[in-house]
Amino acid sequence: MNIASKYFSKLALLIILMSSFQGFSISGDEKEGHSTEDGGKVNTKEEISDYIAHHLKDSHDFHLFSYTNDAGERKHIGFSLPVIIWSSKGLVTFMSSEFHHDDAGHTIVERKGSKFTKLHSKIYELDAGATAVSFDEEHHATNAHKVLDFSITKSVFGILLAGLLMFLGFRSLAKGYKKGAIPTGVGRVLEPLVLYVRDEIARPNIGEKKYKKFMPYLLTVFFFIWILNLIGLTPLGFNVTGQIAVTVCLALFTLVVYITNGSKDFWAHTLWMPGVPKILRPVLALLELVGFILIKPFSLLVRLFANITAGHSVVMGIAALMILLKEDFSTPGATGISFFLTLFLMIIEVLVAFLQAFIFTMLSALFIGMAVEEHDHAHDHH
Amino acid sequence: MDIFNDFSIGLFAMQAVILLVLIFLLGKFAWKPILKSLDERETGISDALAAAEEAKKEMQNVTADSERLLQEARTERETLIKEAREMKDKIVADAKEQAQLEGDKIVKQAQATIESEKKAAVADIKNQVASLSVEIAEKVLKEQLANKDKQLALVENMLGDIKLN
Repeated sequence: MNIASKYFSKLALLIILMSSFQGFSISGDEKEGHSTEDGGKVNTKEEISDYIAHHLKDSHDFHLFSYTNDAGERKHIGFSLPVIIWSSKGLVTFMSSEFHHDDAGHTIVERKGSKFTKLHSKIYELDAGATAVSFDEEHHATNAHKVLDFSITKSVFGILLAGLLMFLGFRSLAKGYKKGAIPTGVGRVLEPLVLYVRDEIARPNIGEKKYKKFMPYLLTVFFFIWILNLIGLTPLGFNVTGQIAVTVCLALFTLVVYITNGSKDFWAHTLWMPGVPKILRPVLALLELVGFILIKPFSLLVRLFANITAGHSVVMGIAALMILLKEDFSTPGATGISFFLTLFLMIIEVLVAFLQAFIFTMLSALFIGMAVEEHDHAHDHH
Repeated sequence: MDIFNDFSIGLFAMQAVILLVLIFLLGKFAWKPILKSLDERETGISDALAAAEEAKKEMQNVTADSERLLQEARTERETLIKEAREMKDKIVADAKEQAQLEGDKIVKQAQATIESEKKAAVADIKNQVASLSVEIAEKVLKEQLANKDKQLALVENMLGDIKLN
C-alpha cells in the first residue's frame, strides 16, 4: 500500500510539475492569423466539426485549452512535445512549439537546410527551393511531401503514460505478494482484473494446457486498451485507441501471435482440410487463409477504432449541443440538455471502454485458441 | 480515404516498439510473479481444502470407532451383569439346597437320638419297675407271709396294674 501510494504521489507530482512548468513556457501567442477573427472561438457547425475532427487526430503538442486574454492575444495552455522526423536530410528533431500552434502549413521551421511545416497534424517537408506551401483546389499541398514522423506525439505520450501506469501498478501488485498472499492497496483492485482476464478470457478460449504462454500478451493488451480507453475519456483529450495506426498495430500483434503459434493440426486443417473432396480443398484453404490473415485482424482493428472514434465524436457532438441549441433553448437550457446527455453518454462510454478492451482480448484469445488447438486424431485413421 | 491518410507509419512504429517493450517488461517484472503467486495461492487453498476434507473423514472414522467401542463396552457390561446375576442366583439356590439337606440330616439324627434315648429310658424304667416290683414283692413277702391267699391276690393285682401301664 505504501509503495503504491508513494508511486502515485510521485506520478501526480510529475504531472503537476510538467504542466505548470510548460504552462507558462509554451503558452505562446498566435502569430499567423487563421480563423481567429472572433478570437478562435468555436461557434458554428463547421467550426465544431473541424474541432472534433482535429481532436480525433493525433497532435504534436499537448493542448489542454485556449483562451483570449484582455489584450486580445490568443493563449494556449498545454505543453509542446518533441518532434522527431526522418527527412531527406536525415534525422531532424525540434520541439513542436516551433510551429506556434499553427496547423495550416503557414509556419515554416528550418532545420538542416530543409523546411518543415505542419498541416492537419501531419508534418511536411517542403520541396527544395520552395519557401511557402502552395495548395491545390482540394487544399492538398502541391510542393511538399510527408516525412516519416517518429515524434513523441500526444498519442505516443499517452501510450507511454499508460505503460508507466501499468508498470507501476502491476509492479506494486507483484511486490505485494512477497509480503503476503492477499494484496493490499492498489493491488487489491488490480488482482481481480488479472484473475478475470485469466479465468474468463484466457482459460476458456485457449484451454487449460496452453493458456499460460499467452497470458503476458493478453494481460498487457487488455490493460493497455482499457487504460487508454479510460484516459481518452478524461478531459486531457487523448484519443489513442481511436488512432488507426494503434489499432492496426494491436491487431497485427495478435495476428503474429496466433500465426507463429499455430499447431500442426491448425495448419493441416487450414491448408488441406480433411474429410472434404480434394477438389474443394484449395478453395477452402484460400478462404481459411483470407479469414485468418485478413478478416480476423481487420475485424479486430476496425471494431476498436470505430467504437472509440464514434464514442469520442458523439460525446463531443453532444457536448457541442450546448453551443448549437443556445438560440433555441437559451444558455441554461442548452447547457442543461447537453450536460445530461453528455453525462449519460459518458457513462456508456465508460462501459464501452471496458467492453472494447474485453472484446479485443477475448477475440485475440479465441483466435489464439483456434490456432493452438490440438484435434482428436481418432478420425484420421479411417 | 481519410483513414488511410491518417495512418501514421511513425505512430505505428512507436506503438509497436513501446508495446513490445511493455509486454517484455511487464511479462518479466509483473505478470510472471503475479501469475506465479496466484497459482501458488490457489494450489495452497486447494491443498488446504483437501487436507480439511481428509481431517474431517478421519474425524468421522474416529467418532465411528469410539462409538463402536462404547457399544461393545456396553454389551460386555450387560453380559457381565447378567452372568453375575445368574451366578448369584445359582449360589443362593445351591446354598438353600445344601442347608435343606443339612437340616434334614440334623433333624433325622436328632430323631434317631431321641428314639434311642427313649428306648433306653423305657428300658431303664422297665428295669427300675422290675427291681421295684422285686422290692415290693420282697416287702410283701416279708410282711404277709402268713396270709397266703391275700398275698397271691395282691401280687396278682399288682402285676395286672403294671401290665396295664
